[in-house]
Amino acid sequence: MNLTSALFRLLIFPGLLFAVPASWLFLWVERKAVALMQQRIGPPFLQPCFDFMKLMGKSTPLRQGINGALMRAWPILSVAASVGALGLLPVFPRSTGWSGGSSSGFAGDLILLLALLELPSFFIICAGYTSRSLYGEIGSVREALLSISYNLVFLIAIVSIAVSQHSFRLEDLAESPLSPLRLLGILAILVCIPAKLHINPFSLPNAEQEIYAGPMTEYAGPELGLWELAHGLEWVTMTGLVASLALPRTGMWPADAALFVVISLGIVLLLSGVAAATARLTIDSSVRFYWRCALVVAVLAISLPLLMRIKL
Amino acid sequence: MNAGSCNGCDIELVACLTPRYDVEQLGILVQGSPRHADILCISGPVTHNTVPAIHTVYGQVCHPKAVVAIGSCPASTNAFVGSPTVEGPLDRHIPVDVYVPGCPPRPDAIIEGIARAAQILAERGREPVGAEAEAGQKALVPQEQMQ
Repeated sequence: MNLTSALFRLLIFPGLLFAVPASWLFLWVERKAVALMQQRIGPPFLQPCFDFMKLMGKSTPLRQGINGALMRAWPILSVAASVGALGLLPVFPRSTGWSGGSSSGFAGDLILLLALLELPSFFIICAGYTSRSLYGEIGSVREALLSISYNLVFLIAIVSIAVSQHSFRLEDLAESPLSPLRLLGILAILVCIPAKLHINPFSLPNAEQEIYAGPMTEYAGPELGLWELAHGLEWVTMTGLVASLALPRTGMWPADAALFVVISLGIVLLLSGVAAATARLTIDSSVRFYWRCALVVAVLAISLPLLMRIKL
Repeated sequence: MNAGSCNGCDIELVACLTPRYDVEQLGILVQGSPRHADILCISGPVTHNTVPAIHTVYGQVCHPKAVVAIGSCPASTNAFVGSPTVEGPLDRHIPVDVYVPGCPPRPDAIIEGIARAAQILAERGREPVGAEAEAGQKALVPQEQMQ
């Protein structure tokens, strides 16, 4: 990956220039889809954008006894981690000829992507404790518990896809053809996404009506705006990860990019449907769900490529 | 926020969120934390115990902010006028931007009141911090009054 292509990926596609409007679009699609399923009209198209602008123009309250610099740092770090993860997504592998023949990935970039995907969740936990709010701390504990339970499934699913391709390079994973095994892995990842994005039925950390806004309770103004942006970027990254794994390769990069957006939007609609149709689970049933039900899928996914290897 | 309300106005406020009225089509969301809110809706005649809470919650909403008084109670203390436990009306304690009269007001009237508060909020966003205290007060007379 040379500097130009790295900058292009971070800043233009699938980085900031694409991801910020895309995150607003995804947030709008989610809110609108939930509203339509509840037979409501739903928010106007530009609402997430307006919300962001409004929060950026608000004042930040004076807080006593709280480390202000840390409070400001967490949302910024969270946005940075999400953009970094987005930049790594293998939307255009080298076979499309887009990156000028130079390799656009490096060995083991899958591990970096997983770390960057996990960071926003870690920052949310820290933010809840930094705010020293009771609701923030409850939200952080829930986020930590949830993260322990879904990450096991998530990591096993990713590793199973990697093992089946004998590679930890994102590009190799993205270029390989779709197989039933890979679909199983993608299914396991899809099951983890609601917990990663804090939407129903796993909206425990930010459970509104229950613990106000969880770790975000004490946040206001531009800092809250950055959290919203980070959340939107997480939407784009997570749906983008599934989309780039499930993407059929056409060989032409404009078609690839369009398919990437279409598949991402489809996943957003699917997740919104699940969110609208379910109620919030309690923390013990969420953990039980991931450890009992989803783990079965994930273990199945990882055992299949291992068995196939033995045969070979 | 409930300042000693009988829950009548609160139920009408909840009705605004239902599919029939759907405030989200105007981009309005209910926020649990006052730090996330822009418009504070207060119902009830302001009882003695709720005064410190009103000041705390009002102080936690960040500038620019607007206050909507839901129902007749915060505007005039309504049926509770003269009660020794009531310290209303609301504008004795915090500046109120929009009054939505009614006992209880219709959800349509509440939505119109919040939409007007949003307009006031947009104008106030250009003013310096602390403009709320000097803001003029606007009364709202909804077209569809309850009988």
